[in-house]
Amino acid sequence: MSTIVLLLITGLGLGALYFLIASGLSLIYGLMGVLNFAHGSFLTLGAYAGWELARRLGADNWGTFIASLVLGAIVGAVFAAATEFFLIRKLYERHIEQVLVTVGLALASVALFDGIWGVDPIYVAGPAWLGGTTEILGASVPNNRFILILAAVLILLAIVAFLKYTRFGLIIRAGVENRSMVTALGIDVRRAFTVVFAIGGAAAGFGGVLSASYYGFVSPAIGGSLLIFAFIVTVIGGLGSLAGAAIASALVAVLQQFANFYLGGTGDFVVVLLLAVVLLVRPRGLLGSAVA
Amino acid sequence: MSEPILSVRSLSAKIAAQQVVENVSFDVAATWVTALLGRNGVGKTSTIKGILGLIERRGEVHFNGTRIDKQRTHRIVQRGIGYVPEDREIFSKLTVSENLRLAERDANPRRELVAELFPDLTARAAQLAGTLSGGQQQMVSLARALLNNNKLLLVDEPTKGLAPIVVSEVAAALAEAASIVPVLLVEQNLQVVRRLATDVIVIAGGRVVHIGNATEFLDDQEMVKNFLGVSTNKTASSSPPAVTP
Amino acid sequence: MSVKKSASFRSVLAMPAVKWALAALLVGFLAILPMLAFDIPGVFPGPTYTPGTLQLLAFSMLIAALALSYHLIFGVAGLLSFGHALYFAIGVYGLGIALRHFGMELLPAIVVVLVAGLIIAAGVGALSLRVTGISFAMVTLAFAQAGSVLVRKNPGQLTGGDEGLALDTTHIPDFLVGVLQTRNLYWLCLVVLIVVFLITSWFQRSRAGHVVIATRENELRIRVLGIRPYFVTLLTFVIGGVLATLVGMAYLLLQSNATEKLVSADFTLTLLVIVVLGGVGYRWGAVIGGVVYTLLDQRLTAFASSDTVGSLPDILRIPLSQPLFILGTLFILVVLFLPGGLAGVGARLSQGKPSSHPPVEMAKEDRMEVPQ
Repeated sequence: MSTIVLLLITGLGLGALYFLIASGLSLIYGLMGVLNFAHGSFLTLGAYAGWELARRLGADNWGTFIASLVLGAIVGAVFAAATEFFLIRKLYERHIEQVLVTVGLALASVALFDGIWGVDPIYVAGPAWLGGTTEILGASVPNNRFILILAAVLILLAIVAFLKYTRFGLIIRAGVENRSMVTALGIDVRRAFTVVFAIGGAAAGFGGVLSASYYGFVSPAIGGSLLIFAFIVTVIGGLGSLAGAAIASALVAVLQQFANFYLGGTGDFVVVLLLAVVLLVRPRGLLGSAVA
Repeated sequence: MSEPILSVRSLSAKIAAQQVVENVSFDVAATWVTALLGRNGVGKTSTIKGILGLIERRGEVHFNGTRIDKQRTHRIVQRGIGYVPEDREIFSKLTVSENLRLAERDANPRRELVAELFPDLTARAAQLAGTLSGGQQQMVSLARALLNNNKLLLVDEPTKGLAPIVVSEVAAALAEAASIVPVLLVEQNLQVVRRLATDVIVIAGGRVVHIGNATEFLDDQEMVKNFLGVSTNKTASSSPPAVTP
Repeated sequence: MSVKKSASFRSVLAMPAVKWALAALLVGFLAILPMLAFDIPGVFPGPTYTPGTLQLLAFSMLIAALALSYHLIFGVAGLLSFGHALYFAIGVYGLGIALRHFGMELLPAIVVVLVAGLIIAAGVGALSLRVTGISFAMVTLAFAQAGSVLVRKNPGQLTGGDEGLALDTTHIPDFLVGVLQTRNLYWLCLVVLIVVFLITSWFQRSRAGHVVIATRENELRIRVLGIRPYFVTLLTFVIGGVLATLVGMAYLLLQSNATEKLVSADFTLTLLVIVVLGGVGYRWGAVIGGVVYTLLDQRLTAFASSDTVGSLPDILRIPLSQPLFILGTLFILVVLFLPGGLAGVGARLSQGKPSSHPPVEMAKEDRMEVPQ
């Protein structure tokens, strides 16, 4: 029982990380049709920004931790918005070239991180409580899992509220459905593109600081390795669907944890297998819009 | 005749590298309704989309004294064009009130006018637009164009696929709209055209083949048959009873 | 006057017989290169008869051949696959495992590995092609990732995990083993490149090739003609995969070592960079891109650790000390400002007019759109 609880909560914690990347990927794809390979770099840069701040302010207090999260989100948002503005926008409606540009950015930015911070992992500390554990039904659950889950739920709610109650949110929802009709109502939909990138980048940068806490280190490759699972999550959840991304994140990560424990470390395979099954049975994903 | 609100000169348009409109020129009067007619697939919808910059186009388009053919769609619309597309293109996953809110451009949108013309929409404000009937969706689409203080409406087949009773409702709403703002109307239902339009522009094979007075054109059975492939008599018998003006 | 002359020169160049003659000349030149003391300082580490230079040239020819196999999938069929490294790795690791752990003879091992590549490419392709565009890209990426995990997990000590897998030379003929035989390996790689180029050319001209190109341009039209594009597209995917497996085996013989880097998503991204750099849709583009990229990568790495860079202030030193940063930035600039890549520039110059389309345009964007 205690093992199951531990696997479940750890899985949800990992799922929270997946969601923080997948939510942005899915929104960006839904509105603009862009598959963003540079999304992992937003996360990595956020993680390093958070670490740089923590090492200056002293890592072991909550104020620093929260400030790191905020800084990570801001850095991610700025990086993402700049990507949209300077690279993606030039290639408006040319989807393959847009993907290629983000591929180039991913390669170049990871190499730059290598150059600045080195290829080796940098171990990070945080508030003492985060490194401890809590007993739940006999399982000693690392505390950072709770923060991850809480943070992902808050981000999900924040994005949903933004989409539902703001004018930009309205434009984004309408744009996902029919972009050209939005422009035909006299709205410059490109501004919504920048906003969507900024939101996705903020969630990823925020997730970067949290991933450093989850893994206990930062490395240039951290974003890229999470990105691949976030891709799988967005396909399983249905491209462009935020709720689908949330459900698939939890599902994939929990499944991965259980398979890793009970099926001899086969978590990654089981995830790819799940992807294959979903594609066979339901190519548009769990909550994707019809026909793929 | 006063200055036209819209003049189109040598407009050509492409969809996926396929020529769909070729060298089309015409004017739209600054008052009442001008109908754009032609058989299915001759490029009426593409002409409208070309004017709005929704598809790749070449040529000159002047709107209200300004050249707009190099501008992006949202800028063109902001100059005062309301667009009611073929197949309505309402946002099915947004509520009725969200659909309308999205369309509001002006500081003082004409919500009262819309509420008065389409009381049904006020009652269904919180309903998802995708769950509305075809006629109600058309009301949403018309309402979006009427909310702002436009100088021209581009209305594409507003009665397509609607039940006869709804057709007359839509026609009545259009007549009301036309008393405020000039309209360029694409319409297959010649009864509706006869009732609303003062002028007609006829397109065949991507080109303009006739421009003139609406009633004169509709009364000339040979021309109607040649250009539109229907006879007015037949249309009259198979279409709903004419709406009383 | 001179314009006229160069125009006729161009038309001569365009004749098929002349093209083949030029290609034969080039192949001949490459074939005798190991006998020559041909040196380009700054590009080659030494004269062309030295093992170091031959090794580098052979390596770049293999990368060019691999880029050609990717060109079939991306450039010809318009499929944005992010998992091509998998089929290359099947060649590298497959041959390595067959020789070391099963003690097979070289020729049977090659046949078995090719069949394995064929089966896996067909299986993954059949499944991935159920979706199109971006979803296809992600799915191929996921399968390649599974391969990468498998190699790193080192099941049954087969792949050697992070350590890598060294070539077992017991069953390799002597003329292909050791630094002194680099010349023979160089010729082997040249033959592999030529074979891949000929198969690619032949496929593009075949009926199936035409159907695939037409499908990429307008799938609906092909369906209307009553052709099911699925199988032809799958065939292209499988041929590309098997060619990559072939190149992978030559790679193992040349480098005598397999490392997990060859299975990574980054390696596929590198192939994508090479094909785009060379010019999407140009066969020669893939070849030139492969060679230029390999040499550039090699030189940039040397440049990065040079004293010139080391003495620069941080703000210049850090970016310049990362070859991938420079290559990534270069790639972005090519995508933004040089559609058609190197081959596109060449074609434009030789035709003497700007903005000519590549013979095979980039995949149509409507393939990328998920229908609403």
